[in-house]
Amino acid sequence: MQTEKLLKELTDAVGPSGREDRAAQIILDFFSNGDGRCWISELRRDRLGNIILRKAGQGEHPPRIMLAAHIDEIGLIVTALEDGFIRFSTIGGIDQRVLLGQEVIVHGREDLPGVIGAKPPHLQQADERNKAVKIEDMTIDLGLAPERMAALVRVGDPITIKRSCGALKNSFYAGKAMDDRAGVVALVECLRRLKDYNHEAEVLVVITVQEELGVRGAFVSSYGLNPDIGLAVDVTHGEMPGLADYEGFKLGQGPVIVTGPPVHPLIFDKLKAAAEAGKVKYQVEAAETPRGTDAYAIQIAQAGVASGLVCIPLRYMHTSVETLALDDLKETGRLLAEFIMQIDRAFLEGLECY
Amino acid sequence: MKDLLRRLTSIPAPSGREEQIRAFIQAELKDYCDELTVDTMGNLIAFKRGGKTKLQFAAHMDEIGVIVTAIDEQGFLRFSNIGGIRPHRLYAQRVRFQNGTMGVIGAEKIDDLKQLTLEKLYIDIGATSAEEAKTKVAVGDIASFDHGYLDLGQRVVAKALDDRVGCAVLIEALKRVTKPQNDLYCTFTVQEEVGLRGAKTAAFGLDPDLGIALDVTATGDTPEAPKLAMKLGQGAAIKVKDVSLITHPQVKELLTTLAEQNGIPHQFEVLPFGGTDAGAIHLTKAGIPAGVISVPCRYLHSPSEMVDLNDVEAAVRLVVATMEHPITL
Amino acid sequence: MLLKELSELNGVSSGETAVRHFIRNRIQGRVDRIQTDRLGNLIARCDQGKKGPLVMLSAHMDEVGLMVVGIDASGLLKIKTIGGIDERVLISKRVFVGPQRIPGVIGAKPIHLQEREERERPVKTTGLFVDIGATDRNDAEKDVKIGDLIAFDVQAGPFGDGLFKGKALDDRAGCAVLMNLMENEYDLPLAYAFTVQEEVGLRGATVAAYGLNPDLALVVETTSAGDVPPLKKHQASTRLGAGPAISFMDRSVIVKPALIERLVAVAEEAGIPYQFRESASGGTEAGVINQTRSGIPVAVISIPCRYIHSPVGVLNLDDFAQTIKLIDAFLRNIAQRGLPV
Repeated sequence: MQTEKLLKELTDAVGPSGREDRAAQIILDFFSNGDGRCWISELRRDRLGNIILRKAGQGEHPPRIMLAAHIDEIGLIVTALEDGFIRFSTIGGIDQRVLLGQEVIVHGREDLPGVIGAKPPHLQQADERNKAVKIEDMTIDLGLAPERMAALVRVGDPITIKRSCGALKNSFYAGKAMDDRAGVVALVECLRRLKDYNHEAEVLVVITVQEELGVRGAFVSSYGLNPDIGLAVDVTHGEMPGLADYEGFKLGQGPVIVTGPPVHPLIFDKLKAAAEAGKVKYQVEAAETPRGTDAYAIQIAQAGVASGLVCIPLRYMHTSVETLALDDLKETGRLLAEFIMQIDRAFLEGLECY
Repeated sequence: MKDLLRRLTSIPAPSGREEQIRAFIQAELKDYCDELTVDTMGNLIAFKRGGKTKLQFAAHMDEIGVIVTAIDEQGFLRFSNIGGIRPHRLYAQRVRFQNGTMGVIGAEKIDDLKQLTLEKLYIDIGATSAEEAKTKVAVGDIASFDHGYLDLGQRVVAKALDDRVGCAVLIEALKRVTKPQNDLYCTFTVQEEVGLRGAKTAAFGLDPDLGIALDVTATGDTPEAPKLAMKLGQGAAIKVKDVSLITHPQVKELLTTLAEQNGIPHQFEVLPFGGTDAGAIHLTKAGIPAGVISVPCRYLHSPSEMVDLNDVEAAVRLVVATMEHPITL
Repeated sequence: MLLKELSELNGVSSGETAVRHFIRNRIQGRVDRIQTDRLGNLIARCDQGKKGPLVMLSAHMDEVGLMVVGIDASGLLKIKTIGGIDERVLISKRVFVGPQRIPGVIGAKPIHLQEREERERPVKTTGLFVDIGATDRNDAEKDVKIGDLIAFDVQAGPFGDGLFKGKALDDRAGCAVLMNLMENEYDLPLAYAFTVQEEVGLRGATVAAYGLNPDLALVVETTSAGDVPPLKKHQASTRLGAGPAISFMDRSVIVKPALIERLVAVAEEAGIPYQFRESASGGTEAGVINQTRSGIPVAVISIPCRYIHSPVGVLNLDDFAQTIKLIDAFLRNIAQRGLPV
């Protein structure tokens, strides 16, 4: 398996929240017919579309560890057809400022290329340029006559941003949907590392859907699985100008292990111990709120789950040029595998010794 | 249907005080289902046997309203909102308390409409003193808009069509369905307007295979309206997305196919704001495929909401078609 | 004094260990079973041999505070708020950092070095830092680390005319009420839940309620008392000295009228002063408990407290005592007459 190839294929694929099937198919194929088919014992999808990959543990009552990364991306949706142009609204949190002049693909009866038109400077008033254009004032131009467009496009059709994943220096990659397809690839990487090992814990890798709309996939999958331990694997902000140094993490210095309300203190300690045992370089982030990732849902499933959160540093989040270091992704997969190898029943029993 | 809508909308029942509307619906349905139960939250569940698949319908009984938080020294009532009420919609509106006391909403002096918040409003029940006011209302009392029902022919206007029209659709469907092919759990839910609360707990208890909410949706067919595709008179709206839900693709397919096969006028809906009971249902337990059949409605969350009876009829037909279709997911 | 001891413990959301240990040590022997769950909630059961509906009493152990999110090269600690704190109360306060209670101060630019307009605007948390007296980052890292929780350094105690001041009265006062109630026997199975992470999203109560699945729940909280200028009378919500406050509604829950009626009836019969919470804003654990599983009836009883979510809250000790009396009478009433329908 070539990590960068899977990353490119996955991030280029279409899969906005609620319509993840095309991106999900890549993972389904990989684990049904591809390299991954021997790494797991079971594959299924739940009623919301979450993909659940199970790798058996040992013994009668193995500790059950859920790992979650979300496959959905933010996108747009057709709200109305107006005189041959498309009015749209958002799926998930899109900064309206990145949309102006952006190429998109409208997924109607076929994939249709379109442009979010920007009014040329010549036709603008002097003060217009000081204000961001609102989504309600934007339209998508498909270059089609109204009747032709009405035959191909319906209210509710999803729209994705057109962008292709590309390599930069130092094995950095920039593309759309790195949030959180990079996390998904890290989980695949983790399963690859575990394939030759017997570990006590049962591993449940969940590729979640609809995270960008309020971690919806995580709510139902964690309820259904009711694991002992649940880790979310997501992205966090990479350093860049304009951010304080504690607000952005270095690229190339390894995964970020999070501490704070979303994380069980012993899980945090164990993740650090696993990193040290496996000589994985890592960074630490203090999160002051449980919101923002699948961990938010996992932690409060049923009577409570011991949760953890590991993040890949990512610059320019929720733009079409999200940028990461491939090494960080691979090391995240390695850290997760190390962690899983260390979990036994005795550790589980300690989780309620607060 | 007009008479049913008139009677349903005239009952004052904001979130948390649904007793009167529940009693009315119970009486309407007692001969049309196998079992009628009320759960801990106060949801009314009308069960009708029919087949293997457990199908939950949800229409919410509650409406938006106001709750008295304080009675001042002159006998004016200070209040807070129950559900989504914008302050500018309240000024000079009439309200009716559950014990029949009526009042009008007044406002403190402001220089700019932007300053108008709920804290600057009060209810005047015409009391001449605080003591007199306290004989008629108490802190914690709840009131709804008071506005009559208007029959404009094809279209009707009333307060609380959100979601009494959904209740009417479900009631009428239960009366019309002859051969249900699924086990039907028609839930008339409580407290939707304050966070989909009744639907959440009802779905947990029922754990259905599929859930469909019946609610209203906004339209884009009035002057300089927001750019929405929904219009009065174009049929039942099959929801694709709102803030609380992306309709399960299989449910959307099912409703679309049934509408097309049965020649039921329909339109598609994307609502960039708002949510429905289906938002709560689909995230219950390990997930439930869910969707919404909406009745387009103008002037939402005002005392004068408007629907088109063609759309209401289309919604009833689509619900009946769903009830009578043996569903396999 | 229990209230003083509880107030001075540090337990910012997600770091409730000290409070949990204190309560556990104090209540052992008074209850049938004590357990902690995966989130750290402390649950004490008094249910052996008791028949009747299971009643859950809930008070949260956590307080609002701050968290170390970064350490400057100069050794100053960068901070973020945990829970809802008005940033304007932070400047120029004393704090304790981490489980070792390292003393620190929240500093900011002295007035001499400010422009006049600066003083018109509050200092945002990004402009605030905690100084523990370290010489540089390495020196700071000997005593503190990223993720350490920070609580206000406030000496609690009685003052004025029967009033009490201290930090974290929200909701250590509630915890104290529960601990007092445990001294009594009730003819009813009871579960006392000392919950975690209320201030960052009602997290502990969500899983505690799911695990216990009670028939009735009572949330014991503190609530804003606005009986201070410049608020007008109708904006006060509750007043100090008028007794425990019964909620009819807040943003998280609408309390069943039958439950409110029972509480009022109990109070009047026993001659216990009470008031209504004259507000529908705010939210408590009652919301998440109410919507657990197929729905759980919940009521909220609050001790009025001025200056909530600031370093120094103020309550009336008589209100505190009457709150215990009201809940005591209510529990006896439920044991005798069953749940209100």
